[in-house]
Amino acid sequence: MTELETFRTETRVWLEENCPEEMRGSTRGEEDICWGGLRWEFRSEAQKTWLQRMASKGWTVPAWPQEYGGGGLSKDEVKILKEEMRAIKARSPLESFGIWMLGPALLKYGAHEQKLHFLRPIARGEIRWCQGYSEPNAGSDLASLQCKCEDKGDHWLVNGQKIWTSYADESDWIFVLVRTDSTATKHNGISFILVDMSAPGVSTKPIKLISGKSPFCETFFDDVKTPKEHSVGVSAVVGEINRGWDVAKYLLTHEREMISAGGGGLFGGRGLGEVAAQDVGLENGRLADPILRAKIAQAEIDGWAFLLTLERMKDEAKSGQGVGANSSMLKYYGTEFNKRRFELMMDSGGSDSLEWEGERSEDGKLARSWLRTKGNSIEGGTSEVQLNIIAKRILDLPNA
Amino acid sequence: MPLVLTEEQEMLRDAARGFLDEKAPVSALRKLRDSDDATGFDRDLWKEMAEMGWAGILVEEEYGGADFGFVGAGILSEEMGRTLTASPFLSTSILAATALKKIAASSQKEEHLPKLAAGATLYALAVDEGRKHAPSKTALFAEKAGNGFKLSGAKTFVADGHVADKIIVAARTAGAPGEEAGLTLFLIDASAKGLTSNRTIMVDNRNAARIEFDAVEATGGDVLGEVDGGYLALEGVLNAGRAGLAAEMSGASQQAFSMTLDYLRERKQFGQSLGSFQALQHRAAHLYSEIEMMKSAILKALQDLDAHYGMAGPICTLAKAKAGEVAKLAAIEAVQLHGGIGMTDEFDIGFYLKRIRVAQEMFGDSAFHADRLAQMRGY
Ligand SMILES: Cc1cc2nc3c(=O)[nH]c(=O)nc-3n(C[C@H](O)[C@H](O)[C@H](O)COP(=O)(O)OP(=O)(O)OC[C@H]3O[C@@H](n4cnc5c(N)ncnc54)[C@H](O)[C@@H]3O)c2cc1C
Repeated sequence: MTELETFRTETRVWLEENCPEEMRGSTRGEEDICWGGLRWEFRSEAQKTWLQRMASKGWTVPAWPQEYGGGGLSKDEVKILKEEMRAIKARSPLESFGIWMLGPALLKYGAHEQKLHFLRPIARGEIRWCQGYSEPNAGSDLASLQCKCEDKGDHWLVNGQKIWTSYADESDWIFVLVRTDSTATKHNGISFILVDMSAPGVSTKPIKLISGKSPFCETFFDDVKTPKEHSVGVSAVVGEINRGWDVAKYLLTHEREMISAGGGGLFGGRGLGEVAAQDVGLENGRLADPILRAKIAQAEIDGWAFLLTLERMKDEAKSGQGVGANSSMLKYYGTEFNKRRFELMMDSGGSDSLEWEGERSEDGKLARSWLRTKGNSIEGGTSEVQLNIIAKRILDLPNA
Repeated sequence: MPLVLTEEQEMLRDAARGFLDEKAPVSALRKLRDSDDATGFDRDLWKEMAEMGWAGILVEEEYGGADFGFVGAGILSEEMGRTLTASPFLSTSILAATALKKIAASSQKEEHLPKLAAGATLYALAVDEGRKHAPSKTALFAEKAGNGFKLSGAKTFVADGHVADKIIVAARTAGAPGEEAGLTLFLIDASAKGLTSNRTIMVDNRNAARIEFDAVEATGGDVLGEVDGGYLALEGVLNAGRAGLAAEMSGASQQAFSMTLDYLRERKQFGQSLGSFQALQHRAAHLYSEIEMMKSAILKALQDLDAHYGMAGPICTLAKAKAGEVAKLAAIEAVQLHGGIGMTDEFDIGFYLKRIRVAQEMFGDSAFHADRLAQMRGY
């Protein structure tokens, strides 16, 4: 047996023994996701056990080095672990912005002490992070951000406002893009700083979405003092001061890759054809609505090709590295596809899909999910912004 | 298996690209067209390709082939798509080679495969009879006569049908048109009595033919595979052809796209390069994304043909469906973004539009394959 085959067998046995029965079966939605954090209330004993067992192997973040709480697995081993988890329908033990975004950025730009200090609590699901990038006047043009951060000798003083901060009201820490030099050109005066949200002066205010839920907030910083070092040798700033834009951009490629890989449940649920067959019914073995059938078939073609592209891009990427600028392509295509998928599910569901409350519709589950997908092509940088990036960074087309 | 080329496969691709750029650029196709060449391809070039092992790319080494698998064949198709190289590669080296390899009796293999791999004998696959691809609608009838058969009917859109030495023909030996059961594949000599082949010059200046069968005699030894049970075997061969065509379309799309990007960078209007206009950047970026989707589907189809030939139907359908849509988009955008010059015969882009149109239609357009995928998935 090759080493990889041995790894597969051992993994299979371990998962079989350690994955609680309740943690198998596809995630139905947000309610089944474990986000972790200081204030996390486990949905069940099984959810807690599963997280602890996976964290003890480092498999909540299988590719991270072991010294930082990861599994130290190679690219091939990670792929095998994912395949074996899928085979028994094991749920992901932990999802978080720490895993998707901050972790990769720290691994690349962080100092060893920062990694030791921050990565392990992420891997174990102990600290929940949120992302303080967007501001009321800095959205697509993120680099025009104004949140101010002053050097006060032994600490930083942060003043300003962030917006659309997902889960800010449930998070413990926030990674924030701040302006540390207001005289430099816009990309050159930005720093990437880590702030404890329990510090005086940090406050959040939930914003209600069109789906009726409030997963994101306005976040305010009023004279927030952040120590220069969170612990001995652990700087609050990641990377160099005033060079935070590099960290920010790198983090975004991981965020985009994560969104397109379905980190947010992008491809959860049944296939479109299956849903429509139940909703609309078949006539002579074909969907009763021929035009819907054609649209669904086209969408399934694009969706399948997309999933293969995700796989190919990962296979092409060098071990331990992301897919780079192609994250923009995947993000653009995946999120536009997901919007299309939900439009088709709404078409297929007809008036039933419009129900907003009541048991029959699980309180408008489909309608609310459909509305939520509209944000897929906005969060993490809009589709238009992704197309701009592809044009410039991949296709090398000139600036205006 | 990772969705990437192996080192060996990459070497094949690089070698093919170098060879084709030198020996068979688009200007070669233009020359064939302008000289009204009767074969429609360059026999000397084909000979060279055969010497490099391309003709027998799928054929096992014991029969003199290179045995490089479907991924290897797809790589060559893709590269020939870039340069729009006219050759009997699809009909002989993919379709006939697959049929012989997968279905033929060992005596048939011994007889045909070495000649095929040497590039000495040319083959064609005759399936369709109407204007749209529909293998189950085969009506050409093979009537039992003594120990053999007599074939009567007509085939159309037979790639390389006018130059082929041998024709693999799908015939009905039982059942009615529309039924999958009752098909039989025959391997017929192109010089057989009663067989007439007429070259149909197509919009892409490549080779196709209409072939009429008037009581053409065949013996039991001319049957490929099972009598009446040829449908599945035919599907396998068609799947290989679909994946190969998709790869060719991918190569053509990538080349047309790359020419378009060059033009967007160079051409100036309103005092700036065309490529700096966001409306065009977004179209280019979208097309880039679609081309990447197409490439993934095709590579997976080729890999699956190698790894699980009998189960590769759905993925080959995906590849051809996706290629049909994306290559069309690439060709249309290429012409539009070149402006007036894209409409001129002197400029090459039109050749890409034309070839892609023909390849789109062959062995099922994207509507055919979308329908097929829906059926496979039970809706
Ligand atoms: C569900 C959701 C969750 C989010 N979570 C977070 C989070 O956790 N943390 C965080 O910091 N932010 C978060 N965001 C914010 C998100 O990153 C921004 O909304 C996004 O970057 C767009 O900025 P904007 O809303 O200001 O829109 P604008 O930038 O004002 O854009 C409006 C429209 O103009 C288009 N446009 C803008 N510039 C250009 C251009 N140059 N070329 C072409 N078109 C252009 C855009 O594509 C868009 O269609 C979230 C957003 C959503 C919807």
